[in-house]
Amino acid sequence: MTVEIQPRSVVSRVFSTHHETIGRQYFWLGLIAGITGMLLSAVMRIHIAWPELRLPFLGEVKPETYLAFLTIHGTLMVFFVLNLVPQSGFGNLMLPAQIGARSMAFPVLNAVAFWMTASSFLVMVAALLVTGGAPISGWTQYPPLSAIADSGPGQGLGTDLWLISVGIFCVASSLGSINFLVTTLRMRAHGMTLMRLPLTVWGWFVAAMLSLLAFSVLLAAAVLLLSDRHYGTSFFIPGGLTVNGALVHHEGGSPLLWQHLFWFFGHPEVYIAILPGMGLTSHLLATFARKPVPNYRAMVHSTLAIGWLGFLVWGHHMFTTGLSPYATLAFSALTLAVAVPSSVKTLNWIATLWNGRTRFGTPLLFSVGFVSLFITGGLTGPLLAQPALDVYLHDTYFVVAHFHLIMGMAGIFGIFAATYFWFPKLSAGRLMNERLGRAHFWLSIIGAYGTFLPMHFLGMAGQPRRYSQVPETVRFLMDLMPLHRFITVAAMVLITAQIIFIVNLFWSFLRGNNAGENPWQATGLEWRASTEDEELLVHRHAYEFFAPTDGEKDFRMQHEAEENKG
Amino acid sequence: MPKPIPSPAQADPQTATGGVPRPPGSPPSGSDWEKRPAGKPAPRHRLRRYRLGVGFGVVTIYMLFLGLASAFIIRQSGYRSDDPQNPYVMDWQHIDLPSILYLNTILLAVSSITVELARRQVFLEPDATKEWLGMGRPIARRTLPWMGITILLGLGFLGGQAMAWQELYARGAFFASNPSSSFFFLLTGLHALHLFGGLLALAWAVLTGLVHSRFERRQIAIDVSAWFWHAMGVLWLALFLLLRFGQ
Amino acid sequence: MPLAFLLLFALLVLASVYYFGQHWAPVLAASSLFDPRLKMVLLVLGALFVVTQLALGISLWRARHRPVASSARPLRDWEWIWAGTAAVIFFGLNFAGALIFPVGTLLGPSPQKDSVRVEVTAEQFRWNFRYPGPDGRYGATKPSLRDAAEGNPLGLDRSDSAAADDIVTATLVIPTDRDVEITLRSHDVIHSFFVPSLRFKQDAVPGMDIFLHIRAERPGEYDLVCAELCGIGHNSMNAKVRVLPPDEFDRWLAEAGTR
Repeated sequence: MTVEIQPRSVVSRVFSTHHETIGRQYFWLGLIAGITGMLLSAVMRIHIAWPELRLPFLGEVKPETYLAFLTIHGTLMVFFVLNLVPQSGFGNLMLPAQIGARSMAFPVLNAVAFWMTASSFLVMVAALLVTGGAPISGWTQYPPLSAIADSGPGQGLGTDLWLISVGIFCVASSLGSINFLVTTLRMRAHGMTLMRLPLTVWGWFVAAMLSLLAFSVLLAAAVLLLSDRHYGTSFFIPGGLTVNGALVHHEGGSPLLWQHLFWFFGHPEVYIAILPGMGLTSHLLATFARKPVPNYRAMVHSTLAIGWLGFLVWGHHMFTTGLSPYATLAFSALTLAVAVPSSVKTLNWIATLWNGRTRFGTPLLFSVGFVSLFITGGLTGPLLAQPALDVYLHDTYFVVAHFHLIMGMAGIFGIFAATYFWFPKLSAGRLMNERLGRAHFWLSIIGAYGTFLPMHFLGMAGQPRRYSQVPETVRFLMDLMPLHRFITVAAMVLITAQIIFIVNLFWSFLRGNNAGENPWQATGLEWRASTEDEELLVHRHAYEFFAPTDGEKDFRMQHEAEENKG
Repeated sequence: MPKPIPSPAQADPQTATGGVPRPPGSPPSGSDWEKRPAGKPAPRHRLRRYRLGVGFGVVTIYMLFLGLASAFIIRQSGYRSDDPQNPYVMDWQHIDLPSILYLNTILLAVSSITVELARRQVFLEPDATKEWLGMGRPIARRTLPWMGITILLGLGFLGGQAMAWQELYARGAFFASNPSSSFFFLLTGLHALHLFGGLLALAWAVLTGLVHSRFERRQIAIDVSAWFWHAMGVLWLALFLLLRFGQ
Repeated sequence: MPLAFLLLFALLVLASVYYFGQHWAPVLAASSLFDPRLKMVLLVLGALFVVTQLALGISLWRARHRPVASSARPLRDWEWIWAGTAAVIFFGLNFAGALIFPVGTLLGPSPQKDSVRVEVTAEQFRWNFRYPGPDGRYGATKPSLRDAAEGNPLGLDRSDSAAADDIVTATLVIPTDRDVEITLRSHDVIHSFFVPSLRFKQDAVPGMDIFLHIRAERPGEYDLVCAELCGIGHNSMNAKVRVLPPDEFDRWLAEAGTR
């Protein structure tokens, strides 16, 4: 076992192989990426609502600036926030503790994965700042736009750096997921059977499985695209193109091939982002409602089902691309299948809260927010999955609303819930301020709904996404400007709420109340008094909450032996 | 694809309380987990952990090649579209494989046998016990030559692949000449890269076998590098069949 | 706190019901199954939305009256019923949706004899429309001849006899009540042909000729916008769709041919 021993030089602290340190490092990386992504989105929202406005530092926002910000916003948020923080961040911080392991299975590999991720982040920042501009083709990087350097500003070096960054990220994610899988399968404490795992661990486990299978395919696609860009191959570039007045010397490639490879990765990626949040939500709702998860087994099976189905539905991103109509219908039906395990989960969450003795701590607030946002964002899924409706709504703000609610906002709310809940582990045993936490929650949920609910209406009105400015020649779009302005104002509320969070975070690191041993009276092994106990033995299921018989406590921790019972 | 060896818990999920929370107070159910003294790892715990890690690593590498292989198949239906009179002419030119690839395949197959011979040696009782106790190194003596031969065969394979590339260059088929040659160089090149990783692993295993003081470490190094080598051999076989019969 | 949650969810539900109930989509150019179907699907999903959000709110509201949790009953049977119901609802919706999906009716060539043919070619950042002219044949094009400044954005090969009477315009003009057969192409990056008033879009993928047909019923001027990110001018890549009565259209076509 690798217990970290003490030559604590700066180097060994920074390049630590200790999973908790690595988890914190991921957290900070994600926080930086999240703040950057948020600021980029603020510029985008302001520009679209008031296009004439000149912004400090940026001056006039040009179309290429807007599109570059859009690309980097999407990439940072998907890869470096939604993917990284719940999985690699809180996973590293809490997974070993929750399963009673002393460390991750491969600590050095873990550190390598983190530093690759960090360098990938630096390359992505370089892509944003490089001369010639950042890539403008969105986080999906559809060729030929992304394959031909002439197709727009930022499509040269910027796109190369983007692809390299993502390539490094793919390798790092695969390494990280190997570590997660082996740790979960091989490092559990005695008695921690798979059916006794906290649901958070199931979330991480299935998400790691998806990472393992999906990221390699994106890497393959990135390699093909890079060789199209630099070595004259024609994987994605068809013949007979003239871009920017010049003939393109490629022939026979298929732009749709990229989309297939990308979305074969991309759809599982969405679930990688949300599965840890789902597990966490179950975990927190049970803990704060003081009730066991009703039908734990169904939750495990629905997690596995969602993971498995995630690989079969990528075609629903391509309904309007000229896919065979029969393939379209098949993908549509498979997509609807995802709704079944998802609704099992939703019902289970509501059932957990029903009849609970709910304690309204901040982690609970964000978990309830998660459920609400998940429902709202999720219910438009079956709508978009119908090709007949998607031919109108595809690539409009309706889709933007859908994925920002279900993946973006729900995912972020999951991260916040985890931060408030596990803050004693993130810091040196402190708690975050509850009052600020509540303010953060209420402003956030109002801001989130205020921003993303009206986007459905923009979409239904036919506003296409990724427009740097509403075109003045198109009447029906100009009519939507008041709605755009309303959304921008709501987004400012959402951003303001995050300032409260950041203040709270730093304040609590320095001044937060002492958390004590088990501040939430939770059952998990991570809250046990000493993590150095040699003879850890897990005796029970993850969620043993029950009605207290007078004066007794109402829960039992997983490692509590039978003798201790009342 | 190598399947993870099921852990005791996976094999028998019913042994614990399962989905229904057990009433607090019922005695612990009689699973292996509970009987084994706490704090004591299962035998070969570390070996199985590393094997599983390599197994998952191989899965992710296979997915990389699966992505490329599906692109290989789909791309064959690409057509030239710059000639409006004749728009549907396929641009894929069949590529005849250099015959040295057959020899390379045999080399790699033989190397898999030699590495397996080495791998089997490290678990042979009673020598393993002897070496574990520090009484001489009978196993190291017998495995290392086989490992050396494997490395040589692996180098031979890489040299053979380089000759195959030379032959294609001589025919005028370069990376960008045609999608078929692009894929040929890409698939064989990436495979060679991974196989080179396998060579490094074998070299590391030899080095560990020579210098590492703990027998368990020496066992693990040889075992997992051998498994990785097998996996890369199987990958080559699949790629070879794909290139030979898949176009 | 429970009250705040209940208010939040009630407000959310009320606002959603009100605003989703509004008619948002732009004016129709043809009768379409889309609007009633969207309404129907929104109604079903909206009901689920109202029930689940309110259940969430009520479950929190009830927490204040429950000092002691009732014993944890396994929800096993419940969840099967729920999963079954969800499956029936969602697959039912999907099946109904599949029935109106235009497999043979919108994609592919039109079965009608009097259809009008238009080739739509997208490029950064404009739409070009080409009518084959009286001979009914599109003339040959060559990528090397494309030159927008020269007035030949499509690279029409003037030496081809069929090219002489081809009509290239920047506005899509179509007649009412006749099928319009479109060949959709792009010669640089991916664009998307989106006419909100027809409730329809289709990507223009370079290297592919995509056939589809549309039919408009109400004369008027509508918008065609690009719906796939195609570069810095993506938002300004729009064109007008002029829908004319058939006789006016024939007059327009004849006039355009003589120009």
